[in-house]
This record gives sequence, structure tokens and C-alpha cells, in this order.
Amino acid sequence: MIFALAGNQNCGKTTLFNQLTGSNQHIGNFPGVTIQAKEGTVRGCPHLSVVDLPGVYSLSPYTAEEIVTREFLLTQKPEAIINIVDGTNLQRNLYLTLQLLELEIPMVLAVNMMDQLEKSGNHINLEALSQQLGIPVVGISAAKGQGIQKLIIAAQTVAEKKQLPQPCIEKNILEQDMVRLEQVLTAAAAKQKLPVAFAVTRVLEGDHIITRQLDLGAEEQQQVAEIIEKIEQDSAMDHIAALADMRYEQIAVLYGSAIQEFHRSQEQIRTDKIDDIVTHRFLAIPLFFLIMLGIFWLSFGVIGTPLSDGLAGLIDRFSFWVDGVLGRFSISPWLHSLIIDGVFAGVGSVLSFLPTIICLFFFLSILEDSGYMARVALIMDKALRHIGLSGKSFVPMIIGFGCSVPAIMATRTLASPRDRQMTIMLVPFMSCSAKLPIYAVFAAAFFPAKPWLLMMMIYLLGIGVAILAGLLLNRTAFRGDSTPFLMELPPYRFPTLKTIGLNIWDRAKDFITKAFTIIFLASIVIWFLQRFNFQLQMVDSSENSMLASLGKIIAPIFTPLGFGNWQATAALITGFSAKETVISTLSVLLSNGDVAGLPLALTHFFTPLAAFSFLCFCLLYMPCVAAFATGKRELKSWRKAIEVGLFQTGTAYIVAMIIYQVGSLLGL
Amino acid sequence: MTLDELKIQEYGMITEVKGSGALRQRLLDMGITPHTKVMLKRIAPFGDPITIVLRGYELTIRKEDGKNIMITPITPMTSMTLIEDEGAGK
Repeated sequence: MIFALAGNQNCGKTTLFNQLTGSNQHIGNFPGVTIQAKEGTVRGCPHLSVVDLPGVYSLSPYTAEEIVTREFLLTQKPEAIINIVDGTNLQRNLYLTLQLLELEIPMVLAVNMMDQLEKSGNHINLEALSQQLGIPVVGISAAKGQGIQKLIIAAQTVAEKKQLPQPCIEKNILEQDMVRLEQVLTAAAAKQKLPVAFAVTRVLEGDHIITRQLDLGAEEQQQVAEIIEKIEQDSAMDHIAALADMRYEQIAVLYGSAIQEFHRSQEQIRTDKIDDIVTHRFLAIPLFFLIMLGIFWLSFGVIGTPLSDGLAGLIDRFSFWVDGVLGRFSISPWLHSLIIDGVFAGVGSVLSFLPTIICLFFFLSILEDSGYMARVALIMDKALRHIGLSGKSFVPMIIGFGCSVPAIMATRTLASPRDRQMTIMLVPFMSCSAKLPIYAVFAAAFFPAKPWLLMMMIYLLGIGVAILAGLLLNRTAFRGDSTPFLMELPPYRFPTLKTIGLNIWDRAKDFITKAFTIIFLASIVIWFLQRFNFQLQMVDSSENSMLASLGKIIAPIFTPLGFGNWQATAALITGFSAKETVISTLSVLLSNGDVAGLPLALTHFFTPLAAFSFLCFCLLYMPCVAAFATGKRELKSWRKAIEVGLFQTGTAYIVAMIIYQVGSLLGL
Repeated sequence: MTLDELKIQEYGMITEVKGSGALRQRLLDMGITPHTKVMLKRIAPFGDPITIVLRGYELTIRKEDGKNIMITPITPMTSMTLIEDEGAGK
């Protein structure tokens, strides 16, 4: 039996889903519906499965989530709907409930946050709600795992008995008009196999998708138009507002019968106090930067580095052991090299990053699920509006300063595909931490006195280019309205360890899969290009490899940028697999593999201006294969991912060229 | 007057929701309907967007979108519970 879990965002739906399914969850695949929803079997009841539908506020046809949710409910015909609502915020939550009731699917209502309500001395009359809604109502606390069993039993019962909702809510002045509308639409709705009540409210709301589907005859259309006109007269507003008004009036009645006396919950009081500081005119931004700095310091430094180094050390030792084994069995040199220098080196260097990613996502998960990120989006919205994005794009960009991969993954929270693609395009301009070694080595070579000055310039250049690119994209490729920014501010809640854990596990799995597929392939390809010549023989010196030949062919393109030589080009090509390899390639080609001696070698190889131009190119061009693969995953399209990569590389080229040419003119 | 013209801690009752299409539907869905009472709770550090309280929860909305929402100012008899316990015990 399949239960569909539906509810608003921020009402604890994910927590409930995790409580129900534990770790038996996976991405469901539903024929005929384009949805990426999680599905899982209920713990202890393998014959029951739950589908976690997207968090929606209504079933109007305006956002992908809403359309997908109702498509699922109408076509997949789950045996029951579990509608979860936030008990501390009943009124708005019930709006979706009223719409779900119209779908004629067995349903139960789960009122979440009962523990919070108890603590604040608020009492909800669940019986009264149940009677009027015509469905079972169960009080739960998803976070504390209370009431879950009762909920499952209730859902199972209505599903087995095929018990349809029997709402009997006090109607209002529009009742007669609604009944007449129902009569007119009954035939068409039956033909399309749509529930009548649903068809009625859709037509009243001006839902173009359903209206078209109903395919009404001329006479029916005439009658509908007449009734709508009467409704507008009776309610003194247009029919769309009239419907919303009617629903909220019904909700007022429901609410009035469910709650006798209202006390502000401790949650809300606490939230107010915290928000006074977090969104304070002067404290907000410094506080945010402090928090981000703290997270970065912990993830990339204090906790991240020892763990990363530890993991890298383990990988090294394993690699060493395999090296020995391969040697003992006299495995042919090319296979030996492929395994050690290709696969282990490439995949290993990226895998060692895993602890940092986990750490980062641990903190970000807490910030997101607690409700803090909503405040960040609120604070930064005005600034981001100038480049056509909303405050929600800010956090992915900040994460990009650590690593583009989790940053791109973080764009999943952006509702609009346009915003998502644009943010993914701009995120890599925020110089990721993998590029730091490149800057460090060049700084040691060309700006030994003030390396930090060089770093700062590079970082600021990245941000500057991102802003300019954003402004440009906003006027050209992404012209058009950005999505309306209407966001609920949930009370601050500490997420359960289970939710955080599952979240991290999700990302880690993602990351590891990527490492073992894309990066694996890329490492092999680069290894191959570096070790073989076009006659497919192994070479002793990289000079004769395919990589070098490729480099020599491409190099002239970079002459206007000041580094039209094959070594620099070859290094940039290897940079596709991971930015750190730019340095290792340069050291192999210029200083015999000795990284310490690289700065000196560089000074003989680049002029300072050319070096700076090279750094700018490194900063801006297409990020590593891992980021590319993540981008493709989020954008769900090879073409779009390639477009993004070309955009970034093109921008890098133009900016580096301008810098070099203008710099030369100025005699730098 | 329009929603964006409210000052902090001021109350208003919505008279009309202008605009069209997706944004208007979203406003209505979130409870911004005629006869609804709202209060301006906060203004973001940079002056925009604003946070309003209605129907027992907090909603963030841009000032330019708030211009579509017509309100008449009202004076509360008690404090914020006017919004939250509105309708309780009927």
C-alpha cells in the first residue's frame, strides 16, 4: 500500500518521513510523473510504503512542486494521504488540507508539534477537527517520535476500508452557487475522471490546466460564466479572491472550534528574541560572517584538515601497499602506472576531501533545518535583487568559497529553475579552496613580500566578475521576472540528529558515487594523455606525451593572455580533473616534480603580468570535473552543464586577456 | 494605503489584493486575502524585504510586491495576540 505524505514546508514533514521509514529510503521512480520524491517502506511494515511529496502550500498550477504533487495524487492513486500540519500554525496549514479533501482519496490528518503545544498550555480539540473535516485526526510529535504508531494504524484503517473524507464544514454565502457549479461540471468531470469538488474549485480559481482538460461545451461554458459572475457579485471581489476568502472563512470556523484559548508558544517567544539579534540592523551581517567563518574554520581547518589528512594518509598507505603487490607480481608497467598514478592519485585526492564535505554539510544542515538560512535569505535579498536573483542564492555562493560541489548541491533549495541555473553559473567564480595552492605558489614566486595582497585581489576579482556576469546574464540569457520572493519565516527549531544524519548520508553517498564514476574516468583520461604519445607507447618524459602535443596545439590561443606555451596549457587541461593538479603538473613540467622548487622555476617562465593573467584564468575557468558533474546532476541536462562550462571558460578568457593587454599597454 | 507603507508594529486590514497570475495566487494562498488583519513586525537590515504577521505566522514579502496589497490601518485593542488568537474560541 502506498501512502502519500503531503504538507507545507517547515511543518516537520521530512522529520515525520524519516521517523516512518528510517533509512529504508530511496528516490522513487513513478511512471508517468516527473517527480524526484523520496520513497521508503515503513519500519516494521514492509507492505506499507510512504512517498514524501514536495512541501507545497496549495495545489495551484504555478510551481513545479504543486503541479507534480497533484499530478501524483490524481494519477498514481495512493491508497491514502497523510496530511501533516503544524499544530502551532494551524490556519495556513489547513488551506492545503481543504484542497486535499477535494481529491476523494482516503486521508488522515497528522497534527504535528503536539509537544510544543502542550508546553505552552495550548490545547487543540482534535475531535472537533476530525468531525468537521470528516477524517481521522491524530496528534503527533515527529521530532519526539510520539503518536507515530497511532498515525500508521489510522492511515492503514482508512486505506483498507477505502474510507473517503466526509467533510461537513459550515458553509457560507457562496454555498448555493458552488452547488450549482457542481451540477454543471459533474458530467465533464466524470468523463475526465476528476473528482467533482476538485474540478469546481479549480474552475473557480481559473486553473488553466484543469479548465482545458475539462473541455467544456459552449453551453456549459456559458453557465459557468454566469455562475462566476453571480459569485463575484455576492462576494464583492473577483472569483479567485472569492475562493481563497471562502476557504479561509471555513478555516476560521475550524480553528475557532479547535482552539479555545491561544497562548504564544515558547518557541515563538524564543524565536522573537533570537530574531531581534539575527536580523538586527547592525548586528545581522557581522553575525552572519562570524558564523560562516566559524563553519569554514571548523570544516576546512580544525576538524576537516586532520580528518582529511588522515584519510589521505590511509589512501597513500593503501596505494603504497598495492604498489608493492603490483610490483611483486610484475604487472605490466602501464597497468601498474594506470592503477597507481592514474586511479589512486586522481580518485584518492578527491576522496580525501570527504571528511571536509561531511563536516561542512553537518553545520549547513543545522543552519538550514533550524530556520536560520531563511533569515539569511531575508537579509541578503535586497543586495541580490540587483542581479536578478533572490536572497536564497546567497548561501550557495558563500559555500562556493569552500568548494563548488556542495555549493552547487545547495542550489536545490532554490525553487525556480532559472534562479538555480544562474546561481550554478556564478558559484564557481567564488574562488574555491582547491585553488588556494595555485595562488600560494604563485604568490611565493612573484609577490613574496605581500602574498595576502595577491590573494585578496584574486578573491575580490572573482566576486566582481560574478556581479558583472550576473548583471549581464540578467539582461540577456535570463531576462524576465525573477520568481516572487514570498517566504515563510518558521520558528527556530533544533533539527533532530536523525534528520541531520540522513541528510549527511545523502550527500556523502552523492559525493562518493561521483568520485567513483566521473572523477575515476577523468583521472584515467588525464593519466593516459600524460603518459602516452600518439603511437600509444609509454613515454619517459611528459614532453613527448599526448598531453604535451595537445598543449602545443592549443597553446597559441593563450598568447594574447600572455601564457601561450604548452606547459601552462597542459597544466590548465589537467586542472579539469582537480584544481590542485595544476600545481603538480607545473612542477612536473617545470621543476622536475619538485613542488618546493616551483616558485623559482615559475619566475623564469612567466612574467609577473603573465603570471597574474594565468591566475585570473585559473580563478574563472570551468571548475573541476566534480563540480561539472554536480552541475549536470542539478540541472538535469548535459547541454545546460556544457553551456555553463563554456560560459565560465569564455569569461575567464576574456577577463584574462583584458588584464594582460591593458597591463601591457600600461607597461606593468 | 498599501502594505509597504505600514510602519513597524502598525496594524492593517487588507481590503484588496491587486496584481495577477502566479504572484497574486501565491499571496492569496498564503492567507493574504481581503478582511485579513496583518501587522508589520520587522524590516530587513537593508530596508527590504519586510516581515509581516498574519494568521498566526510570519511571512517575508518584498516592498514592491507589498504595493499590490491595499490595506486600511486599524488600531489594535490588545497586543499581537490580536493576530494570533483571532478566531479562537468561536
